[in-house]
Amino acid sequence: MLSIKNLRASVEGKEILKGINLEVKTGEVHAIMGPNGSGKSTLANILAGKSDYEILEGEVTFLGQDLLELSPEVRSRSGLFLSFQYPVEIPGVPMISFLKASVNEHRKFKGLAPLTAGEFLKLMRAKKDMLHLDTELTNRSVNEGFSGGEKKKNEIFQMAMLEPKLAILDETDSGLDIDALRIVAEGVNALKTPENATIIVTHYQRLLDYIIPDFVHVLHNGRIVKTGGKELAFELEEKGYDWIKNGNDQ
Amino acid sequence: MENQDKLLNDITTQEYQYGFVTDIETDVIPKGLSEDVVRLISFKKKEPEFMLEFRLKAYREWLKMKAPEWAHLRIPPIDFQETIYYAAPRTSPKYQSLDEVDPELLETFKKLGIPIEEQKHLAGVAVDVVMDSVSVTTTFKKVLGEKGIIFCSFSEALIEHPELIKKYLGMSVPITDNFFAALNSAVFSDGSFCYIPKGVRCPMELSTYFRINTAGTGQFERTLIIAEDDSYVSYLEGCTAPMRDENQLHAAVVEIIAMDRAEVKYSTVQNWYPGDKNGIGGIYNFVTKRGICRGESSKISWTQVETGSAITWKYPSCVLIGDNSVGEFNSVALTNHHQQADTGTKMIHIGKNTKSTIVSKGISAGKSDNSYRGLVKVMPGATNSRNYSQCDSLLLGSTCGAHTFPYIEVGNKSSIIEHEATTSKIGEDQIFYCNQRGISTEDAIGMIVNGYAREVLNKLPMEFAVEAQKLLAISLEGSVG
Repeated sequence: MLSIKNLRASVEGKEILKGINLEVKTGEVHAIMGPNGSGKSTLANILAGKSDYEILEGEVTFLGQDLLELSPEVRSRSGLFLSFQYPVEIPGVPMISFLKASVNEHRKFKGLAPLTAGEFLKLMRAKKDMLHLDTELTNRSVNEGFSGGEKKKNEIFQMAMLEPKLAILDETDSGLDIDALRIVAEGVNALKTPENATIIVTHYQRLLDYIIPDFVHVLHNGRIVKTGGKELAFELEEKGYDWIKNGNDQ
Repeated sequence: MENQDKLLNDITTQEYQYGFVTDIETDVIPKGLSEDVVRLISFKKKEPEFMLEFRLKAYREWLKMKAPEWAHLRIPPIDFQETIYYAAPRTSPKYQSLDEVDPELLETFKKLGIPIEEQKHLAGVAVDVVMDSVSVTTTFKKVLGEKGIIFCSFSEALIEHPELIKKYLGMSVPITDNFFAALNSAVFSDGSFCYIPKGVRCPMELSTYFRINTAGTGQFERTLIIAEDDSYVSYLEGCTAPMRDENQLHAAVVEIIAMDRAEVKYSTVQNWYPGDKNGIGGIYNFVTKRGICRGESSKISWTQVETGSAITWKYPSCVLIGDNSVGEFNSVALTNHHQQADTGTKMIHIGKNTKSTIVSKGISAGKSDNSYRGLVKVMPGATNSRNYSQCDSLLLGSTCGAHTFPYIEVGNKSSIIEHEATTSKIGEDQIFYCNQRGISTEDAIGMIVNGYAREVLNKLPMEFAVEAQKLLAISLEGSVG
């Protein structure tokens, strides 16, 4: 589904990614872990198409297409979803209108007719039930005045509405209390199918108690320095990132 | 950043959609202004004597006045002798039904997206259409007539209700008020007149569409709204002008008078031709709008969405004379390309416990310049009066300007004045967030700008709000940084 080959990228002249290689197949859950500043969020943002980065080298293929050639909105419509680490507020734009525009753009891309108001509301209700979300969030402006937990739940709710092929969760666990973490994780699990894939970008292992990854990659200094199964996450939690840093330096 | 600047540039290069000219025979008098021209206008309109005197007095005052220079605007010198002061469509008889109306004219309205018929049936809006200043058709007059409401063209009112005009004309905006108001008083060709009798709630939104058609004409329309004790009316005004190379002058005057416990809501969506993307052509919009809350507990609210005109100079104001009276000003002013706007309001508190609220949302894009100018004046006798002002500016790109000029004068110690101001840019993060959900940058900007303006748009009547939202999005197609 996603294939990253020797990806190098910089921001403001500073090289952040120094040759990333990663293969993600349908049905898989990958966790990318690493210390602060290792390039985790940069990788997530580059995959989603944020324009602040310069690609120096490498290629990224997503569902057979050259991902780096596509605009951010086309990446989204093609099935790539980013759950933001810091979802932005858009004052005055009701969540419900935002989401309706989003869902209908996705449908248009697939050659489907836009949903009527009734159909849309029905879909929304179904997804809310599935994620055990309170109904109030969608009546407010996009992320405006949401607590940290509400913002993250809202990201997962959008993911549920858009049913992406590849979901990238950027630090989705940060700022969540244990209950919110559970709700978010259960949501992600409920959305998992054999046809889609998930990349979890995280600093801590605790989200991985709820979402079991097939692969764990450790990112350090712009490179994946270690790859393993879910047990690698526990090992990291126990020994700390210094274990990797030291190992890498030797 | 560079990409967004380019995109911004692309969006801001969107051209005016309403640039078509209707080929209707027009009755035009020679260009230029003199006492003879003023007399000719009055004669052509078969006006009563007092009206001619009003005009001549205004003309003589105007000769002594100078165009204002205090606004934050670059106004090229205007040659008032190059303007045509009167142009009336020649098809003069009045119509009983729309079937009789010149099909060309109906076609024009279709292009504007204002299906009169549909509005008539679906929305229940009575439209008094002013094209080049003469009312062409007034619908729903009968329904209104049963309630004693008068809603007609100004010329018609002059013939049928001269006593009302004589009594109220110039009460809110005296002849000597300012240069453009004096000019309007001398040469106005038509406009709308609205009278709501005591205790009557107008059952529908009253609506006027203004449109400038003839090349080289100035549009000087005059609106007078009188709301008697315990009455209510919501009045809508929409404006467009065809695309032309030369600049056209528009100097309108709107006067509102609200008596005891009367309420008048006045909403404007202004979309005059702004000039092309290089700043050639476009309307000069110099408008004087003022409402007087004469009665106690009366209320006047101005709501405007301004996206058009090359230059806008406009300060819809409220004079709060009656105790406990209320004034409101809600504005969205959007400028793009080379447009300049200096707009805001004046709230004059005279009566006790008077209240005013100002919400101004400026949006600047392209190379435009957008200023808010507002005066809150509290007289010594206006005890316990209150004002709340909020002035927000939103910048798109880095080549536009936003300015705020608030003036506050308070003459007593029991009044409370609050002023808040913010300036923000559309964040790249906001646009990327929308992009990541599949929404294009253009749509994202439209959405974000509409969100920013929502507080004001919510004050507009439903059909108008929808139109205003579209206008905001269209006017910006292509702008961010």
